[in-house]
Amino acid sequence: MAANRFNAFQNHGVGIGLRIPHYDHIFAHQPAVDWFEIISENYMIDGGRPLHMLDRIMERYKVVQHGVSMYFGSAQAPDREHLRRLKNLVQRTKTPWLSDHLCWGSIDGTYSHDLLPLPYTWEAVEKTAARIREVQDFVETPVAVENVSSYAEFVSSEMTEWEFLNEVAERADCGILLDVNNIYVSSVNHDFAPMDYVNAIPAERVAQIHIAGHTRYEKYILDTHDHPVIDPVWQLYARAIERCGPTPTLLEWDDRIPSFEEVWAEARKAEKYLIPAESAIPAYPVEEEKLLAGAAR
Amino acid sequence: MTASATASMSLEELQRTMGAAVMQPLTVNEEMQPSDTTGRWHGREMAEVAGEFIAPNSRLTAFERLEIYNRQYWFRLQSAFHEDFPALRSVVGAGPFESLMNAYLAAHPSRSFTLRNLGSKLLGWLAENRQYAGRRQPLALDVVRVEWACIEAFDNAEYPPLSVEEVAAVGATSRLALQPHVRLLALAYPADDLVLDMHQHEKRQSSEAGTRPDVIDAIEEEPYQPLRLRKRATWLAIHRAEFSLYYKRLTEPEYRTLNAIRGGLTLPEALEAGFAGSRLTVQAQLSLVRQWFANWAELGWICRSE
Repeated sequence: MAANRFNAFQNHGVGIGLRIPHYDHIFAHQPAVDWFEIISENYMIDGGRPLHMLDRIMERYKVVQHGVSMYFGSAQAPDREHLRRLKNLVQRTKTPWLSDHLCWGSIDGTYSHDLLPLPYTWEAVEKTAARIREVQDFVETPVAVENVSSYAEFVSSEMTEWEFLNEVAERADCGILLDVNNIYVSSVNHDFAPMDYVNAIPAERVAQIHIAGHTRYEKYILDTHDHPVIDPVWQLYARAIERCGPTPTLLEWDDRIPSFEEVWAEARKAEKYLIPAESAIPAYPVEEEKLLAGAAR
Repeated sequence: MTASATASMSLEELQRTMGAAVMQPLTVNEEMQPSDTTGRWHGREMAEVAGEFIAPNSRLTAFERLEIYNRQYWFRLQSAFHEDFPALRSVVGAGPFESLMNAYLAAHPSRSFTLRNLGSKLLGWLAENRQYAGRRQPLALDVVRVEWACIEAFDNAEYPPLSVEEVAAVGATSRLALQPHVRLLALAYPADDLVLDMHQHEKRQSSEAGTRPDVIDAIEEEPYQPLRLRKRATWLAIHRAEFSLYYKRLTEPEYRTLNAIRGGLTLPEALEAGFAGSRLTVQAQLSLVRQWFANWAELGWICRSE
């Protein structure tokens, strides 16, 4: 189940976000990281050092693209220049899948550069799913949509966030990048049980999982990606792996970035859940095993 | 508009409404405006406006929830702007820089999927709004020219360069092109000296902080004092070589020739533009042109015209 058509049947293992402060360490020590996630927009440029560094990384490592400004939920048509540059980068990286967020962020050509929440309405389901399909068709690569952390809810919402995500993924026929930290953050901010969310996700669509840390304030939590992963988030992760099987997992650490070793050590904690899940997978899918058993008799 | 009317808004209209609220400038205390300042809601209280589309929870009102996004929007853009124009900040001063930045970002919010382009309209805007830099406006404009050129030189395209021999083989009516990462500037001040000096100051600070963590706080409180520059016409190229940025001073004829090549003129036309009004002999001009092209080819500046 974990390697599926939404992640090009790849089981990448554990990865971390590729960040500039770690370049020197990576090139000097060539650590055995399974894969790196890159922020697509940082490389959707015409030339220079960022692309050169990316090419060097790709000589040795697998890379998966993660975007922050495709805004699948924006009501207006996507920026063609953005799509063209994204496709160019996809052709360069040969990313097996690419992800972006279930949110909106631009209106009338003005960009917020934030992951703004969507109202969970049927209109938003239809428009978001249509846009994901459009992007998926244009870039000719499987797309996974990520649930975001949010700090506000809309009076017009007609369903829960996980119902909304499931409807969008189903209608777009896309994968899901399940961010268990975002589920936790939103569950505290909006008073729902995070395990209900994890249990409701269609496991067969989960292409990738994100884990991360956050910052707790008096009345809400902010998704800051600047701390280690907390235990309740690991519990959600454990349940997600239990349901989905071993799934490509990535630790996000974007602010107050510690040493490479510290980030990598935090990410590798996921192996505690991934490795047993991998050994639990039969060498052949169950149905195939039954057939083989029949042939042997 | 009532809550029920807002609840029936289309997705597009809801996003337009929330976008306007999120991008509304903050108060001086970096909070959401208590009342609409944009005119979109006719000066109504923002608590009422927020309540029409945002639901409260047990701990936060609709206003407070919307305010989180309003603050995040401004903090993110301000952070990017600070990162892009540190030398401008040193020239106009920290306080005026905040006013300049907020006014600019309100006038020119991001129109690109990348924050890389956030400062693309700053030069034109600052030229028309001199009150933000006061008597230092001419220097501030030059510093913006240099800092924006650095952003472009960093990641603009680089095409296969032409060798001296390839340039020489180009016919008189053909057009050459300049690499997009080569940015040409005509300045009233040697503003590159100031920007370089500021970067060296930052480098010294971070190296001292690295060796003496006990003095980090003291160092952070020591702002860069910009070089005092006298007006002096300066021609400059900011370009990329081996993925690093370099500054190269040019002579005026050299600048004019390069600018003409960039403008799409043929080589004879570009040289005519470069040496317009020159008292140099033809022999001296030819000698200079040979030197220039050898140098430009070595730097990989010349490429084929599309």
